Formats: sequence, C-alpha cells, structure tokens
Amino acid sequence: MIAPIHDLLLLLVILTNFWVLGTTRLSATVRATAIQGLLLGLLPVALHPGWTAHTIGLAVGTIVVKAIVLPAFLLWATREAAVRREVEPLVGFSASLMLGAVAVALAFAIATRLALPDVPTRLLVPVALATVMVGLLVLTTRSKALSQVVGYLILENGIYVFGLSQAERVPFLVEVGVLLDIFVGVFIMGIVVFHINREFDSLDSARLTELKD
Amino acid sequence: MRLSALILVPIVGSALAYAHRAAAWRAAWLLGIAAVHLGICVSLWVRPPAVELEGWLAADAPGLLVITLVSVLFAAVATYAVGYLQVESPRGGRLFATCLLGFLAAASLISLSQHFALLWVGMESTTLAMAPLVYHRHDRRSLEAVWKYLVLSSVGIALALFGTFFLAAAQVEGRPLLLPDLVAGAATLRPSLLRAAFVFMIVGYGTKMGLAPLHAWKPDTYGEAPSLVAGLMSGGLTSCAFLGVVRIAQVTSAAGAADFTGPILIGFGVVSLIVAAAFMIGQTDLKRLLAYSSVEHMGILVLGLGVGGVGSFGSMLHLVNNGLTKGLMFLTVGNVIQRTGTSQATAMGGLLKRMPLSGGLLMVGLFAVTGSPPFGMFISEFTILGATLRQGHPWVAAITVALLAIIFVGLATTILEAVYRDEPEPLPVERESALRVGGPVVLAALTLLLGLYLPAALRSVLADAARTLGGNVP
Repeated sequence: MIAPIHDLLLLLVILTNFWVLGTTRLSATVRATAIQGLLLGLLPVALHPGWTAHTIGLAVGTIVVKAIVLPAFLLWATREAAVRREVEPLVGFSASLMLGAVAVALAFAIATRLALPDVPTRLLVPVALATVMVGLLVLTTRSKALSQVVGYLILENGIYVFGLSQAERVPFLVEVGVLLDIFVGVFIMGIVVFHINREFDSLDSARLTELKD
Repeated sequence: MRLSALILVPIVGSALAYAHRAAAWRAAWLLGIAAVHLGICVSLWVRPPAVELEGWLAADAPGLLVITLVSVLFAAVATYAVGYLQVESPRGGRLFATCLLGFLAAASLISLSQHFALLWVGMESTTLAMAPLVYHRHDRRSLEAVWKYLVLSSVGIALALFGTFFLAAAQVEGRPLLLPDLVAGAATLRPSLLRAAFVFMIVGYGTKMGLAPLHAWKPDTYGEAPSLVAGLMSGGLTSCAFLGVVRIAQVTSAAGAADFTGPILIGFGVVSLIVAAAFMIGQTDLKRLLAYSSVEHMGILVLGLGVGGVGSFGSMLHLVNNGLTKGLMFLTVGNVIQRTGTSQATAMGGLLKRMPLSGGLLMVGLFAVTGSPPFGMFISEFTILGATLRQGHPWVAAITVALLAIIFVGLATTILEAVYRDEPEPLPVERESALRVGGPVVLAALTLLLGLYLPAALRSVLADAARTLGGNVP
C-alpha cells in the first residue's frame, strides 16, 4: 500500500526534528526548520485537496513566513555572529537524539489515548505532539540564544500541525493573526539575539546570569 | 462601533506617534489617545454597547472591568510618560510611545474578545509590544531581562494556543471557540479534552500572569524595565492574562468541572504566596520587591477563583485594586529611583525628608498593597479569605493568613528603611513635578475610595462577573 501524501509529509516533519536534534551547526538547524516550514505549508493542501481559498491562503502564508522569511532572517543573524556551532549543549547530541526517540514513542502513546474527534489522518496528532516535545527539548537543553529561537519555532510548528486537526473550526482571519504574531515574535527575538551577540561577544544565553536573587 | 474604536483608535495613534518626529506631538498623541480611550470606556458604563463583529467583540462584565482598569491605569501612565521622556529617552522615545499605544490596543482586544483564538492573538501582541519597552535602556541588564521575558512568555503563550486547539476539539455544538456558545453548550463538551485545554491554558496564561513556579521572568523584567513600564505590566498586562484564565474558567464552571479546576487554581495560588513570602524577606531592591508582591497578588487572584463561592466576586474586586495599587507603587518608585539613582532601599537616604511627596505616597502604597484597612485590597482579600473558609478549606485560609503576615513584614521593613532612614547630613529637598506625581495620587485616591465605598454600578458589574464564574455575591 502506498502511503497517502500527507502521511509522507508528516513523516518528513519527524525527520526534520531529528535533523535539528543531531546537528551541531546553527545554520543547519535553521535550514531544517525552513524545510519543516515548507512541509507545514504543503500539509493543509494535502489534507484538504479542495483548493479552497482558505487552504491556499494558509499554505502560501505559512511557506512565505516559515520557509522563506524567518529562516533567511535567522541565517543572516548566524552569519553576523562569530559563533557558528552549538558548542556545549546541556545534553549531548546522541543523548538528545535518544530523548527525541523517546518523545516520538511517548507522543504515539498519548495520541492513542486522546481520542480526538474528526482527525483527518492517524499520524497527525502523534507527529504534532512529538514536534511540540522536540521543540521544548531544544529550548531547554541548548545554550545558544539562536538555538532557543529555533526551538521556539519547532514548538510553534508542532502546535500548528495540531491546529490542522481543527482547521475547519478556526477561521482564516485568526490563522493570519497567529501567523503574524509568530512572525513578529521571532523577528523581535532575532533582533535581541543580534544585540546579545554585540554585547556579550557570543550568542550564549547561558552567559545571561547577572540578574538573580 | 465603540468596541472596535477602543481597539482601532490606539492602533492609529501608535502609527501616528511613530510618524511624528517632534517630541511634543508624541506627548500629544499619548495623552490624546489615552483621553479618548478613557472617554469611550466611561461611555460603556453609561450606555451598554451592542455586540460587534457577529459576536466576536462584546463588553461583558469581566471584560468591562479589565478594559476600564487598563484605561484608567494607562491614563496615569501616559501623563507620567510625558514627564519621563523629557528626562530619559536615549533614542528619542518614538518607539516608546508607539509601543505603549500598541499595548493599549492589544489589551483592549483581549478585554473585548469573545473568541478564544482572537484572545490569544491579543495576548501574544501584548508580549511583543512590551519587549522594546523592557529593553528601553539598551544595556546588558535590560538585554538579559528582555530575553528571559520574551522566551518564557512566548513559550507560555504557545502552550496556551495548544490549549485553545484542545478547546476547539472539545466542542461539539455551536460556533467554534466563541465564549457564549461554549458556555451555552457546556454540557456537551468532551470532558477529557476540556480538562487538557484547561491545563494548557492555565500554564500558558499563568506564565504571563507570573504565577509561581512560572514567574522566573518577573523579578528580572520588572527590575530592569523602566518603572512606568513595570507598572503597566504588573497592573495592566497581568490583569489581561488573568482575564485569559477567567475566560477558560467560565467554560469549565459552566461544564461543571469545578472539582477538577478548583484544586489546580488553589495550588497555584498557595505556591505563589509561598514563593512571594520567601523572596520578599530581606529583599532590598524596591522593584524586585514589588515584582514578588505581584506574584503574591496573582496567587490571591487564582486562589479566589479556585475556591469559588463569593471568592470569584472577591477576585474580580481584587483585580481592580491590584491594578490601581501596582500602578501607584511602580510610578512612585520610578520617581524615587530617578532622583536617588538607585533602587536599593538602603541607599535612598530618608525619602520622607528628601522627597516628602513620594515618601508619603510610598507609605500610603505600603498599606494599600498589603491589604490594610481602609484601602480597597483589605475588602477584596477579606472576601477571598472568608470564601476560602466557607468553602471548606480552613488550612488554606490559615496558611494564607500566615503568609500574608510574613509578606507584610517583608514589604514594611524595606519600605520603612527607604522612607525613614536617618542620614547624618540631610540631603537637599527635591521639587517634584505635577506630571510625575499626579498619576500616583489619583490611583491612591481611587484605591482608598474602593476601600471606603463600593459604587452601586461597580458592585453590580462585579456581581455579574462573579455569576459568569458560577460564584455568588456577598
């Protein structure tokens, strides 16, 4: 049996998650999120092949923001920064790959118990949950500020996939608002990353330790 | 018409404030928009508005309370900001005025939104509008603060969006994600998905409120942001975030899930009080002290919501008192810090002699913020404590009273140190400008008024708000 196209896209989303977890190069993690953004843009069209204005608009908006503009901006930020690699993550790369695998297993276990109504494909919810968990993992275990922005993007991507299960219930205008907020949010984070780089000569958020009680 | 105007007028003002390069114009836009906004808010009390945008916008009781509070606070902050920008505006203050007005627009959207996804869009917009304000000074410390604030708030808000989608999945009938339809069809909501939605939304919007243990960003952000920004955050932004919690609580209480949500809310409340008490003892930095005081009051808000009964009424009243009091405290502390150049209470050198007006306001604020009579917080805290006892949580009430006493000692020690410390050589008495003191004085008068007398109109709106949460009226 040939897997339907949307299941293929969802499996590729999982692969991009592992790509981010396993690589040391900051620019490669940004490229991985760009590809993930492209997959996310294609998903609504694959899931609802009716070519309605709603799905087309969502697809175009997602691809422009998540696959082109934000990655280009973040790549520019990495080029400006002297540091290109994630040097000392709190959890090693092989360990975080292992944790990623655990997250996927956990996601499938939780998804079978959730029993969401009218989900277009069985893979949708586990992939969404796994992506959310990987995003949180990257956010908490990587020390470079830019890696944390990437983690935030992956977290948002996971929530986006989850939201696709409810696409008919959320109006287009709101989706545009959500996309715009994420766009501006990542943009401001990128600017702050840029300032951190200038002030501290590194993108290491672990050095931000002046404020404490 | 009026509801859309409350959102659109500040957006237009924010664009115009950026377009005009002259400082006088910026001040005019800030004050003008604040006045128009407050005027429209008052008109909502006189003549209730119709719903707009097919029911997406409405001024129901909780929303009306929050938007009026934010509007009053914003008017005080805007007049103060005009004076502040004359003294400290490293890059001209264009972006500053724009972001302040942008926050007002987003806060109005949150208050009036009847749609959970629209509420989320407003909530994320406030985070973004606040970020440049926190980073106003462009130094290392404010950079660290804005980074923590952005990352933690954004992740929290992302989880709230996750919860919003769970809520959509839980819904069976009615228009998707619209509050009145969710409440009307509450009996048909899928219980397990509704519970998941509640958990994600309390964590998400709780992060934005700064409930412990999700408060890590709060002391740093309030400590480093300009005082008027911290005042707007701790009085206005947290109220908006609490409204997010109130919205989901309206749905869960209609669905009869209070047995599930009550203990979670009470738990967050008690933990917040414990953390606040632990960090306020010996805290000599006034702004960080007030940040922990904000954690405390957020805890009291969800505690009242969690115990139910008249607790919901108490929480809604406490929301108003907290907004007014936090504005009063942060604006006054801002005046003090600007003149003394420090936020350390021990280095301020006897404010009552040096800055008699601000010193006096700090003393008033100390009693207002600790819930002492005759100020408004006394009544709201008393109502919530009474509800805690009556709803069968004597231990929670006992722990709360003990923690409130510790918090009183912590606050009083530091503020008395700042106000009464005797310097061997008396420092010169400073003249204080009316622009900078007017706002705090009005806020102090309002919170005193609410302690002495609760106007009938306010009382009936508070009662309506409490009823939407399944609570009753004292």
